[in-house]
Parts: sequence; structure tokens; C-alpha cells
Amino acid sequence: MRVVILIKQVPETSAVRLDEETGTMVREGVEAIVNPLDLYAVECALRLRDDLPGPHETVVLSMGPPKAEAALREVLAMGVDRGVLLSDRAFAGSDTWATSHTLAAAIRRLGRVDLVLCGERATDGDTGQVGPGVAAFLDLPLVTYAARVDIREDNRLQADRLIEGGRETVEAPLPAVVTVLKAVGDPRLPTLHGKRRARAAEVPVWDHAELGLAAAALGLKGSPTRVERIFRPRLARDCLKLPAGAPHAVVRAADRLAAFLQQRSVL
Amino acid sequence: MPAENATGIWVVGEHAGGVPTRVSHELLGRARALADASASELTIVLPGPRFAEERLRELVARGADRVVAVEHERLDPFQLEAYAAIVEALVRARRPAVLLGAATTAGRTLMPWLAIRLHTGLTADCTELAIDPDTGHLLQTRPAIGGHILATIRTAGHRPQMATVRPHSTQPAAPDPRRHGTVERIPPQPEWLSNRVRRIAFTPDREKQTLQDAERVVAVGRGIRRPENLGLVRKLADALDAALGATRDVVDRGWLDYPHQVGLSGKTISPRLYLAIGISGSVQHLAGMQTSDTIVAVNNDPQAPIFQVAHVGIVGDLFEVVPVLTRVLAHAPDASGNSDRPDGSDRSDRSPRAVGIPAPGGEP
Ligand SMILES: Cc1cc2nc3c(=O)[nH]c(=O)nc-3n(C[C@H](O)[C@H](O)[C@H](O)COP(=O)(O)OP(=O)(O)OC[C@H]3O[C@@H](n4cnc5c(N)ncnc54)[C@H](O)[C@@H]3O)c2cc1C
Ligand SMILES: Nc1ncnc2c1ncn2[C@@H]1O[C@H](COP(=O)(O)O)[C@@H](O)[C@H]1O
Repeated sequence: MRVVILIKQVPETSAVRLDEETGTMVREGVEAIVNPLDLYAVECALRLRDDLPGPHETVVLSMGPPKAEAALREVLAMGVDRGVLLSDRAFAGSDTWATSHTLAAAIRRLGRVDLVLCGERATDGDTGQVGPGVAAFLDLPLVTYAARVDIREDNRLQADRLIEGGRETVEAPLPAVVTVLKAVGDPRLPTLHGKRRARAAEVPVWDHAELGLAAAALGLKGSPTRVERIFRPRLARDCLKLPAGAPHAVVRAADRLAAFLQQRSVL
Repeated sequence: MPAENATGIWVVGEHAGGVPTRVSHELLGRARALADASASELTIVLPGPRFAEERLRELVARGADRVVAVEHERLDPFQLEAYAAIVEALVRARRPAVLLGAATTAGRTLMPWLAIRLHTGLTADCTELAIDPDTGHLLQTRPAIGGHILATIRTAGHRPQMATVRPHSTQPAAPDPRRHGTVERIPPQPEWLSNRVRRIAFTPDREKQTLQDAERVVAVGRGIRRPENLGLVRKLADALDAALGATRDVVDRGWLDYPHQVGLSGKTISPRLYLAIGISGSVQHLAGMQTSDTIVAVNNDPQAPIFQVAHVGIVGDLFEVVPVLTRVLAHAPDASGNSDRPDGSDRSDRSPRAVGIPAPGGEP
């Protein structure tokens, strides 16, 4: 079995601050990490490899700038067999259509692939569209929101999906694309041996020529969507502020609130 | 698909066992405004099993000019490949300008797949949709970078312009029984019905998801300081017959479970009343509750950002304020959880876009 994992390098969003004056993002000093949700896809792949009989290979792919190589090495240190970086100026500015297109071409380039695993969503783009997009480009069966992934003896995939109102168990033939939830299991930590291996590993870089893709379908040029404007959420409501310092003020505030809520018919 | 000659606003409806769900009505509300702004027809496409006539008529009452139900017993429950084949075939034949779906697990699976098949753009989780009066383009606004900013996105050269909308991020369109529209029922082509992924079992959740359906929500933030203090807030919630919500900080500390989390990485809700106790009002939290009808905040910091979205703010120590609120609000007339509306209709007819008279019935 060959399992491909798609990971993205993202800025540590909880560290992204906003410059109050200019309304722009302060990215300086913000660390780039592996999209936290993608680590669950990695864990899922490693467990399948460890549990299933037969020869297996796990391959991690990431599209991004040259520094995304660090994200690949981090995942190699967890035990993934090899990694490929998809990096090219022409990929810059890709929306989810162009990203899925490029990743799908890279998967094809790998040859035989039995399973593609993705995170539920990336914490920066936050769309969750790339996994389904890759499946659509490759025309592979797609299982989203998987909380458990098993490969049965007859080489079919069985998975539990967490959807509105319950847990759905599905079956699909391989090859397939699966996007996983945290419930697949906590990501393991890199081992010392893994780190050493990851440092020494060769990480090939593929560009658009290597993938045989026409430049017109790549990056910003190949993206149907355009971000046209970025702005800060504006909140302004005339809040009726009721001071409630002293005990009698608390009661008065509560009474006024009750009257207000009754007037708006929400009590 | 290219942009020439594409017209009409479409939504992909959802159903549960052949009954259109609330999110379909929410999508109709959003889409009606777009159809009016662009003087175009609003169509809802609904793949599923056989639908009752009155359910489809209700979609007309809630804003659809045309209902296209593609019916087959095998189309229940949602399955990606069959639903995608149906919507793709209809889109190719009729060429809508806009295609909206819900950001449910089904919509978030179907829409990105369709966007690739149709070679067009898709914007996830839009909080605002509008028609650009100059170009007629759909302006798709969504939170980005952890909710710190909003981004407006345009799909200029491809059709349909696709977007998903978070469930509960708006009120359902109110029904107006006087509205006219066309209902089409069509059988699927046999080749639309094939699926490689098959459901073999379904286990319903034991606990019902009450938070998103609740009329009133009392939510608690880190101001509560210790999990032992949560009883205070629970009492207030009980007095108001409200569901309990929480910020991520509360959930991360394990004081309440994840299903209680409201916000960007939790649930989006728009109850009639949202009472925030000891919540600062981070952008990420606001992203999940700012469309609530009435927002009340209790916080001892008069500068807390939650007051920027609150209708009423009580500036004081929650440990003093909440017990008094519990007493006063529990004693206020009709705080028993009964609807104040004598006709028993539910909240769905309170849409800000409500047209005409409140309808009988409402949501099931
Ligand atoms: C990518 C990302 C996603 C996120 N998603 C979410 C999300 O989905 N939901 C969410 O909630 N957060 C989310 N967050 C976290 C968010 O940024 C905030 O950290 C969080 O909302 C703050 O929770 P809080 O209001 O409970 O805590 P705090 O910000 O610490 O606020 C506590 C408030 O309680 C008040 N207070 C303290 N003592 C008292 C008292 N005795 N009486 C009255 N008031 C008192 C204080 O004045 C303060 O305003 C996300 C963050 C990131 C980066
Ligand atoms: N640039 C990328 N390179 C590799 N995988 C990606 C990339 N972008 C997204 N993915 C995968 O697609 C998933 C969903 O991403 P998104 O649609 O951006 O929210 C992620 O969890 C990754 O598994």
C-alpha cells in the first residue's frame, strides 16, 4: 500500500496580531508550523502502515515556498518514509482550485497510490476545500470528516464519519481520498532517530515543468477567485450600559434588563 | 464554466429523510436578497427521496421562484457522487450565475467537488453575500486569519459563482403563503445514481445538539474563574430555559465539553437571546454569535469588546450580578420557556427579511 499525506505549512495563527493603526497583520516573528490538523492525517497514515501486513510506503506532499521543506522534515521525523516539496514561483497565489489542481498532478506523478489523507482544514486558509478538490481532480471516492479509518482484508476502506446527528460508517474501494478529524488519534512525537533520519533525508522539489502543468492553470493566474478587499470587522452597537457596582445598582440593572427583554419579547 | 449567459441564483437545499431542513430556509433567505438585488430568478435544487408537496410549496413560500426536486428512493441519505452528478448536470444545462450551499458536512463535501467539476471558484463559510451593483458579480465576504480580518472575494470570470454559508449564521426566510413559484419534480438519469462510497451503518448521537437549536443561550467565559462556579451560570440558564454555551478558553480548560464551544472554531449560533457572562468578546468568539437577535453581556471591565456587540451590558462583578439576574429573570412573566407568541409559531418567522404576515406553522 502506498499512502500519500497532504500537509500545509501555516503561520501560527494564535500568534498573528493585528496592527491596530494600519489594520494589517503583523507577521514578523510569527513561526511557521505544520497545520496542526494535518498531523492527525500523518498519525492516521503511520498507524495504517504499522498495523497492516505487507509492504507499505508513506509519502508526504506539500505545496509551498522553499521554507515549507521544514514542515516536511518535521513530518519525516515522525516516521513518514519520504517527502516531496512542490515549489515554484508559478504556484504563488493559488486558491483552492489551483492548489487542488497542483496537488492532484503531483499525486498522479507518484504513480500508484492507494490512499490520500488530508487534514480537515488548514488553520490559515480555513476552507477545508482542498481535500475534496483533489478527489474531484483525480475522480477518486471521497470520504470526509473521518474519525476512524481502516483498511479491510479485501482491500476496501471502511471509515466512520462524524456528521450532523450521528456517526456514519461507510465503505469505499481503494484508491480513495479521506479527510480526517482529530478523533483518528493523537499525533505521535518525533523520535530522536526520526529527527536524525529527517535531517539526512533528501527532499526533492518539483516545479510545474516536473508536473507537466501549463502555467495558465497555476497559481494566481489559474485561480478562479480573487481576494478583492481585506478589512477589519466593524462592530458598533449602541450598547445600553448599566452600572452594577453597589448591591442596589445590581438589582436596578437586573430590573431594567428584564424590562428591556420583555419589550423585545425574548423573555 | 465561462461567464457568458449565466443567469439566476441557485441554492442547493438539504433535507433529513425527505424533509427540507432549516438550513435550506436560511439559504433561501440569503439568496432571496441576492435575487432581488439582481432581478433574477431564485431556484432551489433538492436531490432526495420523494418530497411531500406541501414541503416543496413551503420552499416557494420561503422565497424560491422555482423548486427543482430530483427524486429517487436511493437519494436518501446524502451521497456525494450522486448528488454531485445531479447538480452538475442541471448546472450545465441551465447555467446559473450563482450557486450557494450550506457549510454542513454534506455541503462542505459536495460544493468543493462541484467547483472542480465545473471549473469555477468557491468561497467557504461566507458571512455576507452581496451583488456588486456595477458588475453584477457576487461579493463573497468571509472571516480570514483566525477571524482577525474579513476578506471579500470575487469570482469574476467563471460561473457559477459558488459559496457556502455557515448554518445558523442567519435566520431562516419567513414563509409568505401568497408567494408564487414553480415546482418541478424530475427523476434522475440512471447514471446519476452510482456511488462508490456506501453507507453501511448509522449511529445517531445520544445527546441532541441543543445549542444550535436553542432560543436562548447563556454562555460563560473565563471570568467564571473555576469550574466549581459554573453552577451559578447553570442556574441562570435553567431559569431562562436556555442552553449553555462557552468560550474556547473555558472548553480548553476542560470546564465544559467541546460541543458547548461557540465561535470560529466552535459553533455558529443565532439565538433570540445571547447572554454572555464573563466573556471578553474576542473576534473569534464574536464570529460565532454576533448575529444573535438580542445580546446581553455581564462583565466587570467596561472596556471589554463584548460591549461593542451587546444591546445591553451590565458592568459589574458576575458573582454579584448573576444570582440577582437569576432571581429577577426567573420571576419575570413567562420566563418559563413558553413562547410569547400565542400562535405557537416558532422563531423562524422573525426574520429581518420577513415579508408580509407571519405564517402559520413555521418550522417543524
Ligand atoms: C484560530 C482561533 C480560533 C479561536 N476560536 C475560538 C472560538 O471558536 N470560540 C472562542 O470563544 N474563542 C476562540 N478563540 C480564542 C479567543 O481568541 C479568546 O481567547 C477567547 O474567546 C477568550 O475567552 P474568554 O472571553 O472566556 O476569556 P478572556 O478573554 O480571558 O475574558 C474573560 C472576561 O471575563 C471578565 N471577567 C473576569 N472576572 C469577572 C467577574 N468577576 N465578573 C465579570 N466579568 C469578569 C474579564 O473582564 C474578561 O473580559 C480562538 C482563537 C484562535 C486564535
Ligand atoms: N499547499 C498545500 N499543500 C499540501 N496540502 C495542502 C495544501 N493546502 C491544503 N492542503 C491539504 O488540504 C487540507 C485542507 O486545506 P484547506 O482547504 O486549505 O483548508 C489540509 O488540511 C491539507 O491536508
